[in-house]
Amino acid sequence: MIKAILVINNHGKPRLLKFYQHYSEEMQQQIVRETFQLVSKRDDNVCNFLEGGTLIDGNDYRLIYRHYATLYFIFCVDSSESELGILDLIQVFVETLDRCFENVCELDLIFHVDRVHHILGEIVMGGMVLETNMNEILQRIQEQDKIQKQEAGITAAPARAVSAVKNMNISQQLKDIKLPDLPSLSNLKNAF
Amino acid sequence: MATAVELAIEKIDEYKSKIGRTLGTPMRLRDLIRQVRAARTMAEERAVVDKESANIRESFRDDDSPWKCRNIAKLLYIHMLGYPAHFGQMECMKLVAHSRFTDKRIGYLGAMLLLDERSEVHLLVTNSLKNDLTCSTQFVSGLALCTLGSICSAEMCRDLANEVEKIIKQNNAYLKKKAALCAFRIVRKVPELMEVFIPCTRSLLGEKNHGVLMGATTLVTEMCERSPDVLNHFKKLVPNLVRILKNLLMSGYSPEHDVTGISDPFLQVKILRLLRVLGKDDVRVTEEMNDILAQVATNTETAKNVGNAILYETVLTIMEIKSESGLRILAVNILGRFLLNTDKNIRYVALNTLLKTVHVDYQAVQRHRNVVVECLKDPDISIRKRAMELCFALMNKTNIVMMTKEVLIFLETADAEFKSECASRMYIATERYSPNHEWHLNTMITVLRSAGKYVPDEVVSCMIQLISANEQIQSYAVSQLFHAAQRDAINAQPLLQVAFWTIGEFGDLLLQPTDVDSTPISENDVISVFEAVLPSALTSLITKCYGVTALAKLVTRFHSSVDRIQALVKMNQAHIQLELQQRSVEFNVILNLENLRDGLLERMPVITHNSLNAAVTSIDNDCSPDNNVTNGELLGDLSISTSKQEGLLLDDDVSVSSNKAIFDIFDSRPIPSNDPIFDTPQANQSQYRPVIPINAKGVEVQIQVVESWVNDEARLKMTAYNYTPRTLYNFNFLAAVTKAFVISLEPSSSPNIEPNEHATQFMTITRKAPNSVARMRTQISYILDGTEQTGQGQVDEFPGL
Repeated sequence: MIKAILVINNHGKPRLLKFYQHYSEEMQQQIVRETFQLVSKRDDNVCNFLEGGTLIDGNDYRLIYRHYATLYFIFCVDSSESELGILDLIQVFVETLDRCFENVCELDLIFHVDRVHHILGEIVMGGMVLETNMNEILQRIQEQDKIQKQEAGITAAPARAVSAVKNMNISQQLKDIKLPDLPSLSNLKNAF
Repeated sequence: MATAVELAIEKIDEYKSKIGRTLGTPMRLRDLIRQVRAARTMAEERAVVDKESANIRESFRDDDSPWKCRNIAKLLYIHMLGYPAHFGQMECMKLVAHSRFTDKRIGYLGAMLLLDERSEVHLLVTNSLKNDLTCSTQFVSGLALCTLGSICSAEMCRDLANEVEKIIKQNNAYLKKKAALCAFRIVRKVPELMEVFIPCTRSLLGEKNHGVLMGATTLVTEMCERSPDVLNHFKKLVPNLVRILKNLLMSGYSPEHDVTGISDPFLQVKILRLLRVLGKDDVRVTEEMNDILAQVATNTETAKNVGNAILYETVLTIMEIKSESGLRILAVNILGRFLLNTDKNIRYVALNTLLKTVHVDYQAVQRHRNVVVECLKDPDISIRKRAMELCFALMNKTNIVMMTKEVLIFLETADAEFKSECASRMYIATERYSPNHEWHLNTMITVLRSAGKYVPDEVVSCMIQLISANEQIQSYAVSQLFHAAQRDAINAQPLLQVAFWTIGEFGDLLLQPTDVDSTPISENDVISVFEAVLPSALTSLITKCYGVTALAKLVTRFHSSVDRIQALVKMNQAHIQLELQQRSVEFNVILNLENLRDGLLERMPVITHNSLNAAVTSIDNDCSPDNNVTNGELLGDLSISTSKQEGLLLDDDVSVSSNKAIFDIFDSRPIPSNDPIFDTPQANQSQYRPVIPINAKGVEVQIQVVESWVNDEARLKMTAYNYTPRTLYNFNFLAAVTKAFVISLEPSSSPNIEPNEHATQFMTITRKAPNSVARMRTQISYILDGTEQTGQGQVDEFPGL
């Protein structure tokens, strides 16, 4: 069973946390920190499996991760999962993200965490692999987004009116300009 | 200038938030994220988050705020950063109750992330889920199923199991696969609900959709692992599974499920796993799957990771269900190929699998020993760790010398976390398999030096026990350890401790010339080592304590340097640590009592037990007595009787005749006294050291060789000591030996043993094959306080035989 799926950037900032077992908020953050420490000190040319995390359920617990550009995708699994299988699953997840966001980069994940959660929800459910067929996943996500768009059409008018006021926010626009341009996940397509 | 701009910005911010408030518009998620990202310190970030949390909390009071979705989305972001967000739970539930899909989607997402199983809002969730599960929009039901799969509590499972079962029966693949996984979670949480799902699961496996098949396989695997009855029930499905697998294998290219040329590897892996569960310990079922396993193993393309994932799972299945030997050879060969693969991941899983299969097929794994040893040098820590474990699993009498060399090289440069484990495992391995004591000792000294301060304490005590219990190596040990201590040993405190203890006990042997061409050691040399080490600030307290005790003992063994020794003993009389101070003060007094000190500082009695002995027997798979065996079983196994005529055979996995040559080398006869290294006063040759197979619950059994082989017969004496405060009644001793021997027991001296008394019993062993090593399994039974007690033990070699 998959115990948790973490996406952490190169500086240890969480970009997606999904736990399939309940942990308190503090515990979750502790797991993130510990996992990042374990993963970040590894070279890129070593294997993608790691033991030694202590926080989730003691012994029966392995980290399987892939490192793409600025992000670590880390799956915490128990011994009932095939290590190589999970590696492929990470690939499916990332490729799906890539197709949803068109050249996904860290900023996409930062500003659309909810969307990433929805996508993940179509791939993994309750700690078990749900669907791995990428076309099916994408189609379902698009169908659901479409419903949301239709609903937004009816009720979005007042929200739009207000957002005009928001444009006075000069400080925010200044900051927008400064936003770093993160490299996209360039090695994504040929990583298989 | 800069401050002016900042001031202006702050002003505008203020106005903005005022206008925003009056219009009732909360900050957008995007803006919150930007603010958080712009924060330069943790304190700044916290301030931003706290402020926004307060705003969100306030807006939750307003029940018809149109910004609920936005607020929850912000809250989820705050939650991810690790700030408290539980106050949003109730709001999520309100959103879920709305009819809009957008609201439900974010509401359920919030529920999945924020709710926990103990939450008091669970009743609300259960009601919403119940409504939504039956909703006609498939995506709403899908969301509900997904949420249920994430946060189901036991009560929720009971309330909603039937709804889930209904969905499984519906004809919608998108919901079916989700419902199957929901059922998996429910069964895991509340196993008795399994019955609800058994009937509908069978039909699931007939589906075409791969997602549904995968969910179904997961569910069946879980149910089979939980209940043996269900396992038997689903064994009928093996032909179906085999067919699915065959279709996947033969279907060729199907764009839908293709992953780099292989048809749905995920499903294949799941099915192979289920086959493993179904085929375990069942010859008939195993038979049914042999063919397909062979096909998968030979037809899978291995150029890509996906192919290897399938092969890996196939190998695991073949090894675990104990397939026919041809298939097993194929599997081990695949692992051999894996080991040579350039991809580190593949090498890692190969080592992992070998470790799992070493118990199934020891010989087959042995064949890959050289590659495994090579992996000790891998730069990857995960691979090194696995390789080390595997190395210790593969060590045996024939290869220990060769493998130890490599392990020692590994130990030299290993990380701290490995050193400690490696040291204690080395001790256990050398204790079991060493060709001789001398080698054992040398190896362990090297281990102590390489592992330095990481050597666990029990290894120190075991080393001391080893030296104490083996008289013939004491002289050799003391000189080796002295030289080791003389070299740079300050970094290896445990080594110093062993060395100090040994020098203290056997200092007199140190001064006797051991070898013709070695330079003799003088008292001066020995004291110099103490003088160098003891005052050093780098020496640990424990080592100093060992040192002071050793010095005190040396006073009675050395003659010319008593004054120097006493000065060293006295040195710590004002030490800050009581333990050391006490030793220093008390030994100083004792050393002045000339008539008493020789008696007090005699050699320590032989230590017969050590803390790792227990570990040694437990890893000894092939001959360790199973502690759970009932009395009857053991008797059946050993066919023991007390009658004199009947010889007893011990079922032994190790074939004595085929290993004869090996055992020859390890024959542990007392070394002849003309050997220069062991030129120590041997204890009376006819008086062999007793072995203690059983020492438990206050009852100790010793067995001693009385007469060694004469006309292939040897006589042994068993002595049982009662250290309990009560009398042992009906004491009965049973013994069995390996097939190459016949044993006969004489009657015991008395059936009852008083407290602090003992009983004796003689036995005769007849040897049928020359040069075999006598090994014995023993069992005792007695009645203490009206209840029957038993004990078991084993002797792997007798001193004197």
